[in-house]
Amino acid sequence: MTPEAATSIDLPFTKRTLANGLDVIVHEDHHVPIVAVNVWYHVGSKNEQPGRTGFAHLFEHLMFEGSEHYNSGYFVPLQAAGAQLNGSTNTDRTNYWEVVPTSAIDLALWMESDRMAYLLPALTRERFETQRDVVLNERRQNYENRPYGLAMMALTAALYPPDHPYSWMTIGSAEDIRAMAFDDVREFFRTYYCPANASLVLAGDIETSRAFDLAERYFGEIPPGARPAPVVASAGLSEERRLVLEDRVELPRLYFAWHSPAMFAPGDAELDLAADLLANGKTARLYRSLVYEQRVALDVSAGQQSREIGGFFVMAVTAAPGASLTALAAAVDAEIETLTASGPTGAEMERAEAQAEAQFLYHLQTVGGFGGKSDQLNAYNVLRGDPAYFAADLNRYRLATHDSVRAAAQRYLSLERRVVLSVVPRGKSADALPGSVPVAVS
Amino acid sequence: MALAPVDRSSLPAVGPSPTFTFPAIVRHVLPNGLRVRTVEHASIPVVTFVLQVEGGSGADPAPQEGLASLVGDMVDEGTGSLSAIDVSDALARIGADYDVDTGADATNFSLTTLVRFADRGAALLANLLTRPSLRESDFTRVRQLRIDRLRQMKDVAPAVAERAFLRLLYGPHPYGHSPLGNEEALRGLTIEQVAAFHAATVRPSRATLVIAGGMRHDELLRVAAAAFGEWTEPESPTLTGIAASSIEPTLTSRRLMIVHRDGAAQSELRIGHLAARRRTPDYAALVVMNAVLGGQFVSRVNLKLREEKAYTYGARTGFDWKRGLAPFSLSTSVHTASTADAVQDAAAEIEAIRGARPVTDNELALAQASLTRGYPAGFETASQVARAVSQLALHDLPDSYFSDFVPTVNAVTAADVTRVAAQYLDPSRLVALVVGDSSVVAEPLRGLSFGEPQLLPVQM
Repeated sequence: MTPEAATSIDLPFTKRTLANGLDVIVHEDHHVPIVAVNVWYHVGSKNEQPGRTGFAHLFEHLMFEGSEHYNSGYFVPLQAAGAQLNGSTNTDRTNYWEVVPTSAIDLALWMESDRMAYLLPALTRERFETQRDVVLNERRQNYENRPYGLAMMALTAALYPPDHPYSWMTIGSAEDIRAMAFDDVREFFRTYYCPANASLVLAGDIETSRAFDLAERYFGEIPPGARPAPVVASAGLSEERRLVLEDRVELPRLYFAWHSPAMFAPGDAELDLAADLLANGKTARLYRSLVYEQRVALDVSAGQQSREIGGFFVMAVTAAPGASLTALAAAVDAEIETLTASGPTGAEMERAEAQAEAQFLYHLQTVGGFGGKSDQLNAYNVLRGDPAYFAADLNRYRLATHDSVRAAAQRYLSLERRVVLSVVPRGKSADALPGSVPVAVS
Repeated sequence: MALAPVDRSSLPAVGPSPTFTFPAIVRHVLPNGLRVRTVEHASIPVVTFVLQVEGGSGADPAPQEGLASLVGDMVDEGTGSLSAIDVSDALARIGADYDVDTGADATNFSLTTLVRFADRGAALLANLLTRPSLRESDFTRVRQLRIDRLRQMKDVAPAVAERAFLRLLYGPHPYGHSPLGNEEALRGLTIEQVAAFHAATVRPSRATLVIAGGMRHDELLRVAAAAFGEWTEPESPTLTGIAASSIEPTLTSRRLMIVHRDGAAQSELRIGHLAARRRTPDYAALVVMNAVLGGQFVSRVNLKLREEKAYTYGARTGFDWKRGLAPFSLSTSVHTASTADAVQDAAAEIEAIRGARPVTDNELALAQASLTRGYPAGFETASQVARAVSQLALHDLPDSYFSDFVPTVNAVTAADVTRVAAQYLDPSRLVALVVGDSSVVAEPLRGLSFGEPQLLPVQM
């Protein structure tokens, strides 16, 4: 062994499923006297219907407003216990978490179980309407009032047919949010918020046996409910679609998007690596060529958006002042063609492996919160059915090769089948790529 | 085992918090004068280096606004035979996270890597900091990217608000500009000025190196000495002049300004004034006061503006602590139609906590509990620990500071909170800034007690 031999990376756990179907996963880490509680419900905006978009996320807000036996805002008692807490909704799942001092674990589990079992008696029309307005503010703040904030809506709407649940964003359309009916809340809760459709992780300063006892005690009494049927949908592109969106921006930006493998599917990790070698850091190909050498771009980014029933790969390039989008697109296409023809270099693969290992290790530093160990265990359990997938996940990156990355790029990053969106300053549609069709999003 | 059924008639009691003790900080001084602080942090084999250099954007010589942060950006643009690309490659090969943060009083250069790469990471950081190439061609590119980024930020309402608000609060004081600088100042900078500022500030006598990670103190010290031991104090003079923190800013009077944003869906709000220094003896009482008023989700301001009125997705207050006089301010983004109501409600909350509606026992207990019971969760990672210790160095606080925090906060009384609110919050000095559509918001804002709203241009 050399002094720089690989660090062992592991995320050990114990899993049991309660009689009502609730998966419970426990991970011990006694470095800091805190415990992370993390609950995933396997429901997201992909479970919504056209015309009802944004419902899953609005529902998440309601989960903090009170439940039958604690009929008041959830932040007060948890904050008083020193907890951090939050929740989030994406296309595929909704998660809720608390990080509490070890001495407050009972409180966190009492409250999580109360809202899983007894939310509806506490839900009032007034709370619903207040949170609907808060969500409309969230939408204005994070999408409508932010430069390029509507670009992803335009992209997803172009990538997917209108009845595909990934064609809308999780925040939903403002029109749908305004039209939401209080009466729909009950059915949504009964369908999706039940032990059979949930997964609980306790991670941190707690003994495994005690953690299971507490989980049984607080959650064991909840009726199981039924696991909803999986959402099935498919999408594809047969040509390049060019779009233009006018926005309150100073500098135009080009977005490129392709359909790509679902999360954990073959090619998913390879495209994640391709995104890194194209746009992550100054060594990345697009950065080096467009920002560093030619100086025609201000910034570049790329990412494999891994999702449960299908992914998409997206790239964005902001034009430097005076640079034409047509020239920029040609330069981007040249880099894509080089990658698909020749694949990554040996140096790029070595670098990618070092970075993957470090990133997996860094992700083991926190027990709670978004992306902490508890959240990862739930992701693997809910989306993969296997909390032990951590090691296999890392192996996907370790085992990726020059050939497999090139093959994935070749297969998915076709110049003939993609969406290219020009976001341009207001009144400057003429600066878009030739043949771009105006899109309206709001 | 047999389980007692859950009693849902009341919430379970929370047990007493265990006493929190911060790990030992060991101080060392290398023969070249570099101060080093090491902390053992064993959970994961990761190590973080933070090299803190005195003299952040507050040390930007007038009119060279943005110089300190541009020096920060130039450091990883090359060293020795390595180009900017090579540096990025070297960082990636050890899986390093590298970051530069230019604050008002200091610039922090930080690098996190795996313990097995500790020596390589430290050597790379030392080479970048002590022997940067500072090439003209890199400089013109980096400066142009900064200018273009500022141009882009004209459309980012929070960024426009932050910049304008600093200027409103501080005027010509050296704290009154964003570390990013402005376009005109950046265009006037030269690579010679960058090199001179680097030489005057990045030197052992002005630096403190903090290392936290999964290694013993003696190993951490050995890594530091191997990488930074050869660093020598330049013969050129150190930065001269009065530190920004020692210059007294002119205080504001109550007023309201609008930066117009045509058709804005929301108004970005900032309301506040200069209030206190980090070293104030009332720090703990001010932190508790802020928690009650707007420092957490369950606070007067967020409950009023979000949960009761639904004007916003969230509202908060806070101190932007500095060595010198620092602002207290409220920040939020509200629906355009609710702008004037939100400003009025926010200002009313700031006023009320000074005595009309003093902090209640329940509010005090909630604030203290949330600040203290969750305190250990802020020190999970090597990076959190290293950054925390670098704050001690910046503000000249004792090594016992983190271990003392919980009892100090718990000793704050309701009378303390009301006293500091009355003493440090001053409605007659409140400045309100609205970045929004003035054609809609100006008229209703006129009816508030902030005088005639004045229009400000967007300045980048």
